[in-house]
Amino acid sequence: MSRTAISVGAVGVIGALLAIGALLPSWLLFLVTMAASHGVVSLGILLIMRGGLVSFGQGLFFAVGGYAVALTVNRWGATDALVLVGLGGAAAGLVGAITGPLLARYSGIFFGMLSLALSMVLYGILVKSTALGGSDGFNIPRPTILGWRLEGASGDYALYALAVVVTGVAAWLCAIYTRSVRGLVTLAIQANPLRVEYLGASVRGIMALNFALAAVLGGVGGALTVLALGHIEPTFAYWTQSGEFVFVAILAGPRSVSAIFAASLVLELVRSFSNLYFPNTWQLALGVFLLAVILFLPGGIGSLGQARIWRRPTKGRDLAALRAGEAAE
Amino acid sequence: MALAATIVVDGLIYASWLFVVALGLTLVFGVLQILNIAHGSLYAVGAYAAASAVGLFASLGFAPVFSLLAMLLAAMAVALILGPILERGLLRLFYGRGEVVLLLVTYALFLILEDAVKLIWGVNPYYVSEPYQLFGNVAIGPLFYVGYDFALVVLAILCGAAVWFGLNRTAVGKIVLAVIHNHEMSASMGVNVNRVHWMAFTFGVFLAALGGAFTAPMISVQPGISVSVIIVSFAVVIIGGLGSVEGAAIGAVTVGLARAAAVHLLPEAELFSIYLVMAAVLIFRPEGLFQRAAARKI
Repeated sequence: MSRTAISVGAVGVIGALLAIGALLPSWLLFLVTMAASHGVVSLGILLIMRGGLVSFGQGLFFAVGGYAVALTVNRWGATDALVLVGLGGAAAGLVGAITGPLLARYSGIFFGMLSLALSMVLYGILVKSTALGGSDGFNIPRPTILGWRLEGASGDYALYALAVVVTGVAAWLCAIYTRSVRGLVTLAIQANPLRVEYLGASVRGIMALNFALAAVLGGVGGALTVLALGHIEPTFAYWTQSGEFVFVAILAGPRSVSAIFAASLVLELVRSFSNLYFPNTWQLALGVFLLAVILFLPGGIGSLGQARIWRRPTKGRDLAALRAGEAAE
Repeated sequence: MALAATIVVDGLIYASWLFVVALGLTLVFGVLQILNIAHGSLYAVGAYAAASAVGLFASLGFAPVFSLLAMLLAAMAVALILGPILERGLLRLFYGRGEVVLLLVTYALFLILEDAVKLIWGVNPYYVSEPYQLFGNVAIGPLFYVGYDFALVVLAILCGAAVWFGLNRTAVGKIVLAVIHNHEMSASMGVNVNRVHWMAFTFGVFLAALGGAFTAPMISVQPGISVSVIIVSFAVVIIGGLGSVEGAAIGAVTVGLARAAAVHLLPEAELFSIYLVMAAVLIFRPEGLFQRAAARKI
């Protein structure tokens, strides 16, 4: 796909989702809002995963973004949702820019565990700090958009629209980034970091940048989630939350940006339906679902639509991306 | 001075059962290259099974001394039932799919076992009081400790010594070490790698269940214990270096002391301290204290 095709596609999908949103019942509207807000965090994991690393600590940035927003609302009374989302992304991006170069030295499971450790350190601090509500967290009032107070059904729709537009733009930018030179070098890093170093690119530099971008996305996701939920608690940084983000990225597969959101929606649907129909064993149902997906859909949801393209590769950049992906496996 | 002694004693007691659990985790990683998130659930299953077994023995009229035997048998039963089923029936299907996929598989297993435990044993806490008073009390300075806690330290040392001896001084251990070093080469030399896999996994389950069974008298056995155990034992094996017995011992003592120090000096930082130590170790020794740097692959 060329850059124009991606852009046209992105505008089309966002427009379609905005139109569909007006027809959705409120429970589904909220579910899609959550799926989009969580999916954008997994999008960040996709960026890192394309370089062959998996972060088990995206909950860190999710929580940093969320708490930055919630505290700004409660302490300084800022209410504009757009400003708050930008703030959440910036706060998490700042943390990511500091921790990124440190983490970029590690490989494999140690990268995952160190990122997990950092998020659990934050969790430990949040649970014990009474000023931030301790383990119960705290509530925030509904935000405004451009001076318009978001209340009732139209407010729900506005938050949905916000989540769709913000994550849509993020996905569009990521789709372009993954096809850029840096994005493609990331794939080469997954295949062989040492060769990339010999060819003159800085593996650490590129991975640190990917990590910082993923942090921004994590913060944006946290901000959107807090605004839609109206509540924040330390479990945002807990490892099970990070595990879900990784799962969505694996469920989507490494090939497609849009598959991330499909996967996120699938997870939210499975979670709420198993919550509804198996109230005491919903974790069990979720676990069986995870196993089934990993067993029967090894390439993820993204591999479903791309099976045909695989046999008939297109020209230019896509071909290069496909080959790089192939070499990685 | 008294405070320092208290911290050391508390730290060692905490380190003892943690070492037993982490030893299982690190062995499973060494042989199967799986970082098993469900290890904490197996610990919980062991604790619940021990609670049931001790209750059963008491109702059959055995003397309290036999409750120790009951706990041991419970851990063995858990291992022999769950170990082969999980490795042959489930994990085997995912070999060769990468560490992260296997990590997620065990995460799914963790979710499943959490609910399965609740379905079997319910959500009310269990208390296993019989074994706890068996060893009387021990006075250290002005403080009294329950003797059972020190029995745990002995158990941990026994487990560590047995595993070290088994791995380094017996033929079976040599085979296991060969499989850890190189699966394919061992297979081509005639080692039944599949058998080593399920046996090692079963032994890992046994150590998790043993840790759970013998800590059951010290805690109230209730839902949620698995989560706290798994995140702490992760820290232990990462600090020590994955797949290393000595590393697990050093890691457990480090974590135990760090936690005890935090509990006595700065109670807010309990969980925080463990992960801070882990992050600090990883920053200076990226592969853990006892891990040799892996050869770089070109």
